Amino acid sequence: MKRFKISPPVAALFLAVVLFLLSGFLPNSYGSNVKVALSQATNIIRLAVFLGVIAAGQTLVIISGFEGIDLSAGSIVTLTAILTYVMVKGEDNVVLPALLVSLVVGAIIGMLNGIGVTFLKISPFVMTLGMSGVVTGAIIIINHGNVSGKVAPIMTRLIARPISQSIPIPGAIVIWLIFGVLMWLLLERTTFGKNLFAIGVNRVTAKLSGVNVTGMNLATYSLAGLLAGFGGFLVVGNTGVVLIQLGQPFLFPSIAAVAVGGTLLSGGKGSYWGSMAGAIVLTLITSLLTTMQMPDSVRRMVLGGTLLILISIYGRQQALRQ
Amino acid sequence: MKKRITWDFLMARYPAFFPLILLVLSIAVNLFLQPNMFVRETLNSNMRVFLPLIILAVGQAIVLLGGGIDISVGGVVSIINTILATRVGLDGSSEKMWQFVLISLVAGALAGAINGFFIAYLRLQPIITTYATSFLYAGLALFILPNPGGGIPADIANLYRTSTPLGLPLAFYVIVILLLIWMYVSSTRYGKYLFAVGGKADAAYETAVPVTRVQFSIYVISGFMAALAGIAITMLSGSGNAEIGSSMTLNSITAVVIGGNAFSGGIGGVTGPVMGAVTLSLIQNIISFGHINTWWETLVKATIIVVALAAPGVINLIRRRRV
Repeated sequence: MKRFKISPPVAALFLAVVLFLLSGFLPNSYGSNVKVALSQATNIIRLAVFLGVIAAGQTLVIISGFEGIDLSAGSIVTLTAILTYVMVKGEDNVVLPALLVSLVVGAIIGMLNGIGVTFLKISPFVMTLGMSGVVTGAIIIINHGNVSGKVAPIMTRLIARPISQSIPIPGAIVIWLIFGVLMWLLLERTTFGKNLFAIGVNRVTAKLSGVNVTGMNLATYSLAGLLAGFGGFLVVGNTGVVLIQLGQPFLFPSIAAVAVGGTLLSGGKGSYWGSMAGAIVLTLITSLLTTMQMPDSVRRMVLGGTLLILISIYGRQQALRQ
Repeated sequence: MKKRITWDFLMARYPAFFPLILLVLSIAVNLFLQPNMFVRETLNSNMRVFLPLIILAVGQAIVLLGGGIDISVGGVVSIINTILATRVGLDGSSEKMWQFVLISLVAGALAGAINGFFIAYLRLQPIITTYATSFLYAGLALFILPNPGGGIPADIANLYRTSTPLGLPLAFYVIVILLLIWMYVSSTRYGKYLFAVGGKADAAYETAVPVTRVQFSIYVISGFMAALAGIAITMLSGSGNAEIGSSMTLNSITAVVIGGNAFSGGIGGVTGPVMGAVTLSLIQNIISFGHINTWWETLVKATIIVVALAAPGVINLIRRRRV
């Protein structure tokens, strides 16, 4: 019997649409008002941008295999958000330097992760978990209770506001689309991408085929850190304020988004489209649960249950018997 | 031929060798900062705080050995804590307490069985499955006890806190019993299966190891141990709080890896993780007794942990360069 198969990104996106349509039947929802429904949908996608960008780095390390995972992403987001906030101080002309600093700081932390994983043979889970602690510690010292700073108007203009009066699409979504195309190019149309999938499937065969596994590993973790840094820059552009726990709530959802998008956590298989769809599904479920008036405990249980059902549908691994 | 005991031999043959060095080191530093550390009362007050994490690390060690991971253990700890705190109550009888201790153990194993069912039988990926169930369990705990409160009878809590049979803290006996059970289990057929499944599940399947059942069992064990840890932490705190377990999950994983077990499974044991858990708790002690500026605490603690994790790798790198 041939097994029925659909591609996970399509399935996730389909699910998101169905869920969104069904949510129209909820009390205090958009009902039959198409305009409100559209603006609600745009808003959910806008919120998904931040999770989606943070999940990009996660997608890369997870595809690279060897239990690759980045638990420091959340703290990098917080750190670069705070750095941006402090550096910019409401002035437009420092925005680019601040972005550059965010990317570099993220890349350096990612590289340290890479060094630990590659040379010191520490498993990625604990290495990045430890690094997350170190970065959080650094944040506490930098922050020292409170920071003073301000987001530049141009950041809010580009990230949080619609691109123009007539087109009510927030800039963040446009940024995300361009970002998605770049990620697709990186994964599917470059040597880096090919090598990434190669080391994810099997490190030994990749090495024997001439892939520089050590270099790839370092580059992947650095790039993941850089993307998390970019995520922090975007997040602060949207929120306009910084908290010490700003990035942490994105951490495990970013892994879940990758998994929901059909990327194998064991590596070697996946796509960024999947992670984007996963980010939209997760954001949608979370915001639906928020609009439904229920206690926090029930909300958590429903979220857990939904996630379990989601991954049961197509997150299954190969059977032992083949 | 005479067999020379080299560093490499020790590291490869005894995964718990390096954790032992770390443990001795952290005890030495701790003793320097807290000279009365080995006085009976101090020892007991330390060990009773360490015990929940130690028990949790033992369960996590079994899961990691079998090639899985369980990030729902903190949720199970919270569920048990809230069950005991709400159902027994501050003025409950001791029969009622022991009755609910039994129920807790069953509940823990059941929570583990749910994880095991999804991971072993439906073949879902462990990290993401237990992440999802961690929401289920943490939500359930919050549902049982929305606001911190409740508790268990003081005399039963004191039984855990103050009893020192033969002058040794209660925690010592628990650890020794756990290690004895592990020594027996690792020599049985099940023990061999565990290492086989964790090392390479496909190969184990080809050689007629009941992979699915072993995978299922590790999560049941982990749930059971989490329940035990939940009971211990409830007796320690004497009260209920639905968030009590949330910070313990990642600590238990760190403890196991500091304890020398391979994250990918198949290498290690339980002795190392027990030492890892003690080391991790001692690091916390050192931070509090070291009079470190509050702002720096998190950074110092995390750095020590990263250094502890990196140390074996650094030593290997240096040794390889010399050859």
